[in-house]
Amino acid sequence: MIDVAAMPNLTPVLAEIMLTAGAMLLLMFGVFTGERSTPTVTGMAVALLAGAVLVVALGEGTSVTFGGAFISDAFSRFMKIATLVASAVAIAMAVGYARNERFERFEYPVLIVLATTGMMMMISANDLISLYLGLEMQSLAAYVVAAIHRDSVRSTESGLKYFVLGSLASGMLLYGASLVYGFTGHTNFEAIAQALVDGRSVGLVIGLVFVLAGLAFKISAVPFHMWTPDVYEGAPTPVTAFFAAAPKLAAVALMVRVTIEAFGPVTADWQQVVSFVAIASMLLGSFAAIGQTNIKRLMAYSSIGNVGYILVGLAAGTQAGVQGVVLYLVIYVVMTLGAFACILAMRRRDQMVEDIESLSGLARTQPFTAFMFAAILFSLAGIPPLAGFFAKYWVFLAAIEAHLYGLAVIGVLSSVVGAYYYLRIVKLMYFDEPLVTFERMPAELKTVSALSGAFLLVFVLFAAPLVEAAAVAARSLF
Amino acid sequence: MHWPILSTVTFLPLVGAAIILFFIHGDEEVHRRNIRHVALGVTVVTFIVSIMIWTGFDPANPGFQFVEEAGWLGGFMSYRMGVDGISMLFVILTTFLMPLCILASWESVEHRVKEYMIAFLVLETLMIGVFCSLDLVLFYVFFEGGLIPMFLIIGVWGGPRRVYSAFKFFLYTLLGSVLMLLAIMAMYWEAGTTSIPELLQHQFPASMQTWLWLAFFASFAVKMPMWPVHTWLPDAHVEAPTAGSVVLAAILLKMGGYGFLRFSIPMFPLASADLAPLVFTLSVVAIVYASLVALMQEDMKKLIAYSSVAHMGFVTMGVFTGTMQGVQGGIFQMLSHGLVSGALFLCVGVVYDRLHTRQIDAYGGLVNRMPWYALTFMVFTMANVGLPGTSGFVGEFLTLVGAFQANTWVAVFATTGVILSACYALWLYRRVVFGELEKESLRSILDMGTREKVILVPLIVLTLYFGIYPAALMDVTTAAVDNLVNNYQAAISGAGATASLLGH
Repeated sequence: MIDVAAMPNLTPVLAEIMLTAGAMLLLMFGVFTGERSTPTVTGMAVALLAGAVLVVALGEGTSVTFGGAFISDAFSRFMKIATLVASAVAIAMAVGYARNERFERFEYPVLIVLATTGMMMMISANDLISLYLGLEMQSLAAYVVAAIHRDSVRSTESGLKYFVLGSLASGMLLYGASLVYGFTGHTNFEAIAQALVDGRSVGLVIGLVFVLAGLAFKISAVPFHMWTPDVYEGAPTPVTAFFAAAPKLAAVALMVRVTIEAFGPVTADWQQVVSFVAIASMLLGSFAAIGQTNIKRLMAYSSIGNVGYILVGLAAGTQAGVQGVVLYLVIYVVMTLGAFACILAMRRRDQMVEDIESLSGLARTQPFTAFMFAAILFSLAGIPPLAGFFAKYWVFLAAIEAHLYGLAVIGVLSSVVGAYYYLRIVKLMYFDEPLVTFERMPAELKTVSALSGAFLLVFVLFAAPLVEAAAVAARSLF
Repeated sequence: MHWPILSTVTFLPLVGAAIILFFIHGDEEVHRRNIRHVALGVTVVTFIVSIMIWTGFDPANPGFQFVEEAGWLGGFMSYRMGVDGISMLFVILTTFLMPLCILASWESVEHRVKEYMIAFLVLETLMIGVFCSLDLVLFYVFFEGGLIPMFLIIGVWGGPRRVYSAFKFFLYTLLGSVLMLLAIMAMYWEAGTTSIPELLQHQFPASMQTWLWLAFFASFAVKMPMWPVHTWLPDAHVEAPTAGSVVLAAILLKMGGYGFLRFSIPMFPLASADLAPLVFTLSVVAIVYASLVALMQEDMKKLIAYSSVAHMGFVTMGVFTGTMQGVQGGIFQMLSHGLVSGALFLCVGVVYDRLHTRQIDAYGGLVNRMPWYALTFMVFTMANVGLPGTSGFVGEFLTLVGAFQANTWVAVFATTGVILSACYALWLYRRVVFGELEKESLRSILDMGTREKVILVPLIVLTLYFGIYPAALMDVTTAAVDNLVNNYQAAISGAGATASLLGH
């Protein structure tokens, strides 16, 4: 029996406590000093996230707290570090944009920190209740961030869409969670798994499907992807960059833990659902992106497709599959942040440009940006020796191990279709003559795109430690 | 621990590309000259170093030599390099042709020289890597990686329809290759390794062999290219710059044939034997159909491209006979075609640089103004036809001998290809070189300069030398091919014995 009066062990949640307290302090600091404090708040928010990385990295072994609702293991630490880094980079990438677009709000970094705290909760959630708490904390901050440009119709529209559809998904998730509780009598993941060892009822399967549907919405997997292109296009570009990276990490990590830990005994049941969602996402991501002319919408479809590939690894349901998912996520986040650094640099005459055609001839006007963007695009297309190839290699390797041949064949074929639209951008940059000249790229975006490109290029040589860490993370779930 | 010579040869061009990327800035004439000189120097040094592979090679040893091994990316794969009699000569072919490609681009490439040379040097690294790698994943990385530089070479420096051709080339090849990737993964889970020498020892179950064979076939048939998936080749050849066409015809196409020899036949012998009739049919169709199509071409490069499809048909036919003559002939044909088709594209490049058209109609009577060119072009036309005394003859003859043992009808139909090749090649020569010099634009055309002679003379010498003394190449390949053919025949008769035992 849990002793409610006793103080729970707070060591595993140190980073979360630190982020929550820090966010409150930053908020007060911002409120008292006003709008001009934005650069300071931004800097401190990045420092806070960096500090949290250190705290997380110091953790060891597996420990559970809050009566089993919160777990800290190698998997959660790996994913948390990746999430924190992605959030910090997303905050840093907004600096130049905020200056140019006169959207200097100190709330932005604070909200990102709060959303990140929610994501950390999601990654460590070991109970349906803490799962929902983390998810909502992240989502509420994200709804506000999407609409942060409150004078822009598109931004508010995207915030509203995100909110309405997100609430619907949360409702489905809750409904599913209540069914799972009703049919197993537990909310704790291990206890659910224990209850399922002796077989499962149809009611549980319905609950499982509702939980998966709610999670599929958060990772923008088909058929719950409809909000993604609109929100990506409508939200301010740095916010889109943030949405595309860190929340995906957290939501996928959560999905992995729920499926492997809680529903491990009924793998065959969720495997079908995940396989279908993966196939639909890969196909839609590849085909729907072909006709896009707006680069942010294109990235939205690209992210839908990438989620499909990630789910291929999850569908395998094996240790190799989880390792593939973890590596894919890291590589995907690096590619996404690099790509958005290049997209944020698309400015001319004090105006953001989002038209793909305007990238024409970038190799002539800005050879460095074009080279990095090309490396990112070839990597997204999954061409060796770039990192994106290995990401796909590991997830498909797991799918083949699990004998999911149909899934693997559809997956690689849709990756060929996907290659077409990435190549189309390379073609514009390298084969065509320049149409417009962009303004100089701000230093922080240059750094992010250079780091991203360099990571993708040298991954083939130096990635062994990362692969090892991912293997350790995956092992902790089995 | 001996000096890792294969890695040196493989990555030397990459070092050259890095030098050009980081140390030469600016787009003045002097910079462009420096870039060209660095590129030429690096490729020549690479060639000289690669000669040491040949001199140190033990032709009596059928196994892999100069083997290097290292860990790579934590367990699922490893870095392994090595060559045997089958792959070694392709490495030399690559390093030998690259300086000629750089020289051929010396004046014809004027804009974005820096990117051009970097793309070529990166491409050289990836091509050599394909022939040296002894790990399936490593092989795939090199094999697919080559698409990126080639895509850019066709798309940036190509002709008017370059964008269409570049996309077609890229997507066709990628589509074939991703299926091979899945087969590689399946082999990993079956055999527990991606090391090629270990996989060569592993016996895959017969039912699995067919699927794996088909997946590899999808990739190599596109790369080769075999009819009916050859349509990317004429487009890519026509639009690519001269040096790009040379690399495509001489080396990239050989990766398909090399793949058949390295993977399909030794690793899936039962499937190869079962599906050989399919390959024979496609090969014969390719030989006859592509030759007929070549007859009707009005574009010189397109004509040579279709003749490449026909010649590759001889290679696939020979290789899948599983006989000593057929396999030896297939390898010889690939090497010879590497020299001859490369040289033919260079010959087209010579007149293209002067007139900027590849239409056959635009030429005629070149012998009056360009006697040296007429002589050079004649040597390669004859080699393309397969005239005895040139290297083209040896390969065609041996593959036909092999085919005759396997299936007489295949040999009969394939032999018509020899006649057809004489038709299109000689007719091309007649239309371009002979006749009266009537066209106004040709009145002041100049014969080949020193640079062009330097490029083509070594190719003439080698084409004739290997035609007269084929043993220079055969001696290297014999031991490895002998081993390959014996294992192949043993696997088939072993399976036959099991089947007859089960039958009783």
